[in-house]
Amino acid sequence: MNQMQNRSLSFLFQIGGLILAVLFVTIILVLVDAKPLDAFRLIWEGATGNSTRVASVFVVWVPLLLVTCGLLATFTAGLWNIGIEGQITVGAIFTTGVMRLFLGSSVSPVIVIILSMLAGMLGGAIWAALAGLLKTFGGVNEIFGGLGLNFIATALNIGLIFGAWSRPGIASMSGTEPFPEQFWLPTFQGFRISLWSIGFAIIGLVIIYFLLQGTHFGLRLKAVGKGIKSAFRMGIPTWQHMMLSFVICGLFAGLAGAIQVTGVYHRLIPSISSGYGFMGLMIAMLINFQAIWLAPIALFFAALNIGGIQLPIVMKLDSALTGVLQGSLVLFVLLMQGVKQRFAEKK
Amino acid sequence: MNKKFAWTVIALLMVMVLVLSACQPAATPAAPAEPAESEAPAEPEAPAEEFVFGMLLVGPYNDKGWSQAHYEAGEYVEEKVPGTKMIYLDRVNTADRPGTTAAQLAEELVQQGAKLVIFNSDDMKDDAVEFTKNNPEIFIIHASGDTIWAEGENYQALPNMANLMGEMEYGKMMAGCDSALHTQSGSIGYLGPLINEETRRLAASAFLGARYCWENYLDKDPADLRFRVTWIGFWFNIPGFTEDPTQVANEFINSGVDVIISGIDTTEGLVEARKATSEGKKVFAIPYDFVGACEEAPDVCIGVPYFNWGPSYVRYISNAIQGKWESTFEWMPPYWQDINNVDMTPVGYVSGPAMSEDAKPLLDKFIAELAGGLNLWSGPLNYQDGSKFLAEGEVATDVEIWYLSQLLEGMEGRSE
Repeated sequence: MNQMQNRSLSFLFQIGGLILAVLFVTIILVLVDAKPLDAFRLIWEGATGNSTRVASVFVVWVPLLLVTCGLLATFTAGLWNIGIEGQITVGAIFTTGVMRLFLGSSVSPVIVIILSMLAGMLGGAIWAALAGLLKTFGGVNEIFGGLGLNFIATALNIGLIFGAWSRPGIASMSGTEPFPEQFWLPTFQGFRISLWSIGFAIIGLVIIYFLLQGTHFGLRLKAVGKGIKSAFRMGIPTWQHMMLSFVICGLFAGLAGAIQVTGVYHRLIPSISSGYGFMGLMIAMLINFQAIWLAPIALFFAALNIGGIQLPIVMKLDSALTGVLQGSLVLFVLLMQGVKQRFAEKK
Repeated sequence: MNKKFAWTVIALLMVMVLVLSACQPAATPAAPAEPAESEAPAEPEAPAEEFVFGMLLVGPYNDKGWSQAHYEAGEYVEEKVPGTKMIYLDRVNTADRPGTTAAQLAEELVQQGAKLVIFNSDDMKDDAVEFTKNNPEIFIIHASGDTIWAEGENYQALPNMANLMGEMEYGKMMAGCDSALHTQSGSIGYLGPLINEETRRLAASAFLGARYCWENYLDKDPADLRFRVTWIGFWFNIPGFTEDPTQVANEFINSGVDVIISGIDTTEGLVEARKATSEGKKVFAIPYDFVGACEEAPDVCIGVPYFNWGPSYVRYISNAIQGKWESTFEWMPPYWQDINNVDMTPVGYVSGPAMSEDAKPLLDKFIAELAGGLNLWSGPLNYQDGSKFLAEGEVATDVEIWYLSQLLEGMEGRSE
């Protein structure tokens, strides 16, 4: 079978996956006595209906995109970086910590923001490196190591919010004291989104695209991902590459956490990662680890998140429905890939 | 090859757009889903003067607690003020709705036509203030907030915001008294939410009520009364983020507590008390917030202090409609003539089915004393660390009570 045919076949099967996912959600909607067309239209309008909503979609898109960029590096090296949630969280913790150091100081807020975001990236990288060390030197599968590190990061975060960093006289899960406005990433007048964070996302995407597609390093990483033993025989220092991919992913995750603190919540909250790490894993699988698909699919997922807010307000449906759509989309597209492979083998 | 990829992406997205937009013409005109754009008129079938009010509930609308009390007050408004319609969003907290903020969600209620928005949690204070500043044409009620209290510590002048709170201190005193009248072990557990001024003063009120009835009605030594507070970290259980209230309730029971007073928005204390009772122990519980909370486990429920937001919401919403809005802070005591009058009282206390025959007249006596002016916030009273709060004969001011900085002497548990 030639390339061209193969591609269009792939495409057909992916569309099939999409249709199946939509069908699946439609059936759920019918079962709960809701009008599916109304629900889909509501999600669409909830995400695109006006400029405020579009801006809100981008507020989700930026960290989602950054996190998934990072995950592409680990996936390329054949690693399942489940610890991504913890890496976002630790990034946010580091950002908050550095920012707290400068509260009330006379240092320019621009420098404080830059320093705290760099600290966030460092934090994410450290947490990712821990997962990498556990894998390389401890023989702990990165999935289990990552899960454990996620729990520790959450516990650390809650401990700080409820204890050392709590508001004076208050111990609450609603988070730390909000930072003064000069420490916020500047936003568009009247919107929640910062041009800076969009800029970071685009730069991040370009970097990861060229790193993976256009460099020797990316090629070697791919070799490690395809088969660690043969890569080793080819003379590629395998564990170093794996460690590096963890660190790269951690930098991205830490940056996402830093943006959550400086650009979205302006404080540290218990669920600072907003589940973007796990959502990023889904997106990475959905796009078959190809950076070229990342921006639009992440946008689509972000739009579903924001559009879903309308469901409980207008139709008394649970917002989690959009999560079901996202999850089933991934499942059905993967399923169709499997079906396609079978189909191709028979030929 | 990459070009081909790009084309595939675009094609896939176009299909998505088609799938989604294909739904548009199919919508029937009767669908209530039509979101009101900023300049578009409200829903066509509604009368022109319909007044939509929105509500952001921190917990589920049917939590048998704080949020349900608000939700049912909204239904009460719809019933009492013709032409009003409630829209709401529940579970408004960053754990349940990751990636969103309360201010952002309030904007969505406004997009759907809300002209007045109720923020129902102190947890939303920063967002409520931000939203109030950004939306001067929208009326905001922040329940349990203190932002526009001129004597308060967080005062900001916001002409479109009102702060409402029931004087639940009285309800908690009744709950405390009720628990003192029922405890056999002399050990009361207070299932606390997060720690702040509000929760400290409510826990302290329960303690004051318990000690008063223990000492004056049962003639027992206050030193024999154990009052323990354990905080879970939020208004309700968020697995992985808060302590599990079920576990806390069990720890209480296992360490000899036989009455659990709930300070949280949900009914775990009640449920665990029933479980223990069915296993042969005798444990009672007092839930919180919602008049119907006892229904969850009537056989162990001795009473519930509850909020009745309906009358005050009716007042504020009618005023907003009639152009008589006032930006006021109200801390509303019970309607003492009848603390369970649904059309009058902001705060009430109903006895539960498990209330004992002996305790009933004593509790009624206590309520009558409170109605007659009994003030338990009077000296001598010390803070938990032993430092002086109120001297002999001194009475606490509203500000001192609202911003109570520590638990009181005799209470066990974290103060901050």
